[in-house]
Amino acid sequence: MSVPNDRRYLKSHEWHRLEGDIVTIGITQFAADELTDITYVSLPKVGTRFSANDRFGEIESVKATSDLYTGVSGEVVAVNSELNSNPAVVNTDPFESGWMIKLRVSNPSEFDTLMDAGAYQASSGH
Amino acid sequence: MLKRTPFHDFHISAGAKMVDFAGWEMPLMYRSIVDEHLHTRTSGSIFDVSHMGRLQISGPDAERFLQQVFTRNVELMKPGQCRYGLICQEQGGILDDVILSRDKKNWLMVVNASNREKIVRHFHTVRHQQGLDFDLSDNTESTAMIALQGPKVIERISGHLEEVANLKRYEFASGSFMMLVKYTVSRTGYTGEDGVEIILSSKMAPMVMKALAGKFDRPDTTLKPAGLGARDTLRLEAGMPLYGHELSEQIDPISAGLEWAISWDKSFIGSDALNQIRQQGPTQKLVGLELEGKRIARQFTVVKTPSGEGRVTSGTFSPTLQKSIAMAYVPQVDAKPGTIVSLDLKGQTIPARIVPLPFYKRNPSA
Repeated sequence: MSVPNDRRYLKSHEWHRLEGDIVTIGITQFAADELTDITYVSLPKVGTRFSANDRFGEIESVKATSDLYTGVSGEVVAVNSELNSNPAVVNTDPFESGWMIKLRVSNPSEFDTLMDAGAYQASSGH
Repeated sequence: MLKRTPFHDFHISAGAKMVDFAGWEMPLMYRSIVDEHLHTRTSGSIFDVSHMGRLQISGPDAERFLQQVFTRNVELMKPGQCRYGLICQEQGGILDDVILSRDKKNWLMVVNASNREKIVRHFHTVRHQQGLDFDLSDNTESTAMIALQGPKVIERISGHLEEVANLKRYEFASGSFMMLVKYTVSRTGYTGEDGVEIILSSKMAPMVMKALAGKFDRPDTTLKPAGLGARDTLRLEAGMPLYGHELSEQIDPISAGLEWAISWDKSFIGSDALNQIRQQGPTQKLVGLELEGKRIARQFTVVKTPSGEGRVTSGTFSPTLQKSIAMAYVPQVDAKPGTIVSLDLKGQTIPARIVPLPFYKRNPSA
């Protein structure tokens, strides 16, 4: 399964893409496939602050419920409200239109400590 | 090492995601659980249910034995009939829920995969204790079983199986031949749709699957394969219990709403205890819940009711109704439809309403 090289990953299957001081977070295709049909995504409010490895939300599928984690610290500047009405976007396009939140990072060096695509693929065994 | 059904190669080539289910490697899904669910409701699906246990019972005391272990009166069953019923402990707890079919010379019982060994042991014990003379043969691994479920199934397969259209619900025909293959077909299922379940020899099974599902480059569009994921959401919408969720040795059939599957006119293992529960009334009752919002209540979620609390046994987001639904045990006094309860989902309190089961009923004319 292809994993984009332009971002960093957590072992819990969240991807992080850094543009300026904004990090966009979503989950990988592997995670979306494992969850099966996604029915609900619970996301934080704009303005919420998180530290690295905090739980920022929850994702539910027909099969299971999972927590969502951020690998970097920062303040939520945007959430993907499209997922309220159409959570299945996470199944069909998890790396682009299925994004979840955007954080203004408080400590950009945290991003570099996250796994790159190769390390993530090795860790998740696919 | 997981057991494989005769359809294993078919599952892999159809792109199934495989999972361990009660020691069997089974397809969870092929395309998407929701897609397979909706296709079953609108057209038809093929389910591999070969993991279900198939036990054949024959011999002079077969009927006497079944009268002891099965909750329904088997004397009233005619050859060609199937009945859903329960196997209970002395104390009334459910050991398994099964379908029993009566053929001219023998009986066939389909049991849950997870309970098969336990039930075989139980039957050996009863035979020994009561000195009964019958043969019990476990045909699970020499045969295969598929379920064809959906509103277009009967029409689609009546070309292969002429007698199917004449079978009433819970009737079966056996000894016939489809493409020279011996099979047993019953008008039964676990989805809330019309359809059949077919038992046939393991050797012939892959060929029959090909005939039903179509070739890989030209798959059938009416009947598509569906996995255990859709089977679970379908049976939940249809209000059907699943052993290990709604049913267990700690649950009696009356609490589970299965009083209709008990014959009170006979004595059987568990009947004394069940008569007592029936007279006193059960303390808890299985109910349907409709949750507010889109969150899903999973098994063991606590349900706060007006006079106490209960537990969720199964929950999902219903693909047909587009609602979050669940089944739960609640105190009998709170079990009335319309009662408002609340669920604690990871610290968030979600209101829910008790609703009658099933959540979904097919259009009888369809």
